Amino acid sequence: MAKEIYSKYPLIKYLRREALPTALCPGCGGGTVLNAFANAVDGLKIDPRDLVVVSGIGCSAWIASPYFLADTLHTTHGRAIAFATGVKVGLPDKKVVVISGDGDLAGIGGNHLIHAARRNVDITVILVNNFIYGMTGGQVAPTTPFGAITTTTPYRNIEHPLQISETVAAAGASYVARWTTAHVYQLIESIKKALTVKGFSLVEVISQCPVQFGRRNRMKEPAEMLRWFLRNSVPLAKAKKMKPEELEGKFVIGEFVNRERPEFTDELNKLIDEVQEHFGLKGE
Amino acid sequence: MIIHGDEPGQIRLIRKLYRPGNYFMQGDEAVSYGAIFAGCRFYAGYPITPASEIAETMARELPKVSGYYIQMEDEIGSIAAVVGASWTGLKSMTATSGPGFSLMQENLGYAVMTETPLVLVDVQRSGPSTGQATKGAQGDFFQARWGTHGDHPIIAVSPTSGQDAFWETIRAFNIAERLRTPVVVLFDGVLAHTRELVRIPDIEEVEIAYRKLPANEEEAKLPFGDPHGDGVPPMPLFGHGYFTHVTGSTHKENGLRDVYTPGVHDKLVRRLHRKIEQNKSVYEKYEEHFSDDAEILVVSWGVTARPALGAVLRAREEGIKVGLFVPKTVHPFPGERMRKLGKRVRAILVSEMNLGQMILEVERYVNDDVALKGVNKIGGVPLTVEEILREIRGVA
Ligand SMILES: Cc1ncc(C[n+]2csc(CCOP(=O)(O)OP(=O)(O)O)c2C)c(N)n1
Ligand code: SF4
Ligand SMILES: [Mg+2]
Repeated sequence: MAKEIYSKYPLIKYLRREALPTALCPGCGGGTVLNAFANAVDGLKIDPRDLVVVSGIGCSAWIASPYFLADTLHTTHGRAIAFATGVKVGLPDKKVVVISGDGDLAGIGGNHLIHAARRNVDITVILVNNFIYGMTGGQVAPTTPFGAITTTTPYRNIEHPLQISETVAAAGASYVARWTTAHVYQLIESIKKALTVKGFSLVEVISQCPVQFGRRNRMKEPAEMLRWFLRNSVPLAKAKKMKPEELEGKFVIGEFVNRERPEFTDELNKLIDEVQEHFGLKGE
Repeated sequence: MIIHGDEPGQIRLIRKLYRPGNYFMQGDEAVSYGAIFAGCRFYAGYPITPASEIAETMARELPKVSGYYIQMEDEIGSIAAVVGASWTGLKSMTATSGPGFSLMQENLGYAVMTETPLVLVDVQRSGPSTGQATKGAQGDFFQARWGTHGDHPIIAVSPTSGQDAFWETIRAFNIAERLRTPVVVLFDGVLAHTRELVRIPDIEEVEIAYRKLPANEEEAKLPFGDPHGDGVPPMPLFGHGYFTHVTGSTHKENGLRDVYTPGVHDKLVRRLHRKIEQNKSVYEKYEEHFSDDAEILVVSWGVTARPALGAVLRAREEGIKVGLFVPKTVHPFPGERMRKLGKRVRAILVSEMNLGQMILEVERYVNDDVALKGVNKIGGVPLTVEEILREIRGVA
């Protein structure tokens, strides 16, 4: 059965077959993200040998590692971007991509996220925001909506969620966009742009975790969660005209920034050139 | 970028930059030059006394040799970046002190599990916690051994002077490369900040080792196998089209995770241990002074080995038959040699700047009939010749 499905999937060549089937739950948004990523890579005709995919720990960290057939570095919880920074410095001509979860990249690893954006290192981060610590059983995350029920907020969540895209845009990233798993075509286009832009790029994907989030918040079915995304998504242009109270509980979608700024590995290599020039070491 | 494959160019560059000769420098600088001579071309770190001068020296020198220096947002990210860079083929290092070493432990374990060569310099300072911050100590002996969780092997070397720091850092890189494993350099705040003469040799005097790379596609497919029987798999670096998969989870020889089969975990972790055990000749190193006819043995390491040698020389002048044993690779501890030496003497003094850490290793290898005593001092001031001599006289 599984074998038949793979043989029908047109982008199977991008996947590490011996690692399939995926460990994701049925209806998880992770599959959509993997498909969108594969489509973006295919659309841009990127040779997977020119890709290094890095992830942290969590369900979302599994989306591309090990399933995507490239060099894959599955690291520790929260640290993927820091590992990826070392990879990018060593391989400045390759595309270095981080795919991981909200808890991983914006919770425990939030500091690396902000500083990589500030440095504007040429890494593409696909951050899968399912509002929850999925893998560990549905505990509250820094992204969990106010009032939501989780296993560690059994009465209600009294904290406010971090606005990831807004934060990363403010920190200095070259490219930031947010979509949901119900906006697949826009998502693919944004991943393509993120992969093309020079500098730090973030694509935040609001994604469904029906098992650990939906089921405790009156959305047991994956489709219900997708309808929730569609009902509450507000395009950025419209959101700009709305009051903060009106935006409570909404998902602002679209491209937050797309700009050119000096990129870190470029600057690092330029600096080396300057130093060598200065000390008369050129051509040694 | 890596020296490998561009030796002539790199040798010319190093010769032009660093004339052989005697230089007055801090221990931290000696570590840095050792690293550069060993081929280190990537450094990521975070400022902390007494290790900051390593970062400063690397920031200044690395660009000259086409190497990369990055200051990360914390020590967790520093060692993470070092692991990432190592998988691209760059010889990589970080340096820190106690608090930062604590933060690095999780990813140090990751490096052990993923067999990533790197060098981590811990310039030991007085703890616990912030302790005396800038003052030297030798309190991280067991943190280096067991700081990261799980059943893991580790290699740690410990220099005894600025000159030694130059050579031991090179040795640490060579061990890391040969055994595809992280190596800790247990340095200390006293030597780090002591300025003394260090001879910078000609680069040709320096032996430089490189990690094994896959000889063919077959070897590249098993990044965690043991095709040569030495426990050390060739390393299929990123960016070469191998589609290497690396994870800190228990994995099969092909790198793919399998946490369900007990045998997979058993095989992997036992090989990681065997890799270290069966390659003792790559890393075991100790120094002995007057151990042939010694009745009393002083055991010491790192900064304390120096006053210990002074005390032994003075005691010898007084006619006391005392010797000195200095493990230079402190983990794995040179237990067999310790056992042999322990059989010949009637008393052993273990001197160190802590309340008794290496003494616990010594204790494992000597019989009860040998009087075993610690010569310990904390407070940030190193042990003196007099202090150790007094203890030697006390058991003479
Ligand atoms: C240092 C550390 N702390 C805690 C954990 C346990 N842990 C594993 S996954 C995870 C949460 C992941 O959440 P997220 O990144 O949102 O991924 P999701 O599973 O929701 O996709 C946690 C806390 C860990 N592996 N390491
Ligand atoms: S627990 Fe949630 S995030 Fe994890 S695989 Fe299942 S549905 Fe996806
Ligand atoms: Mg999550």
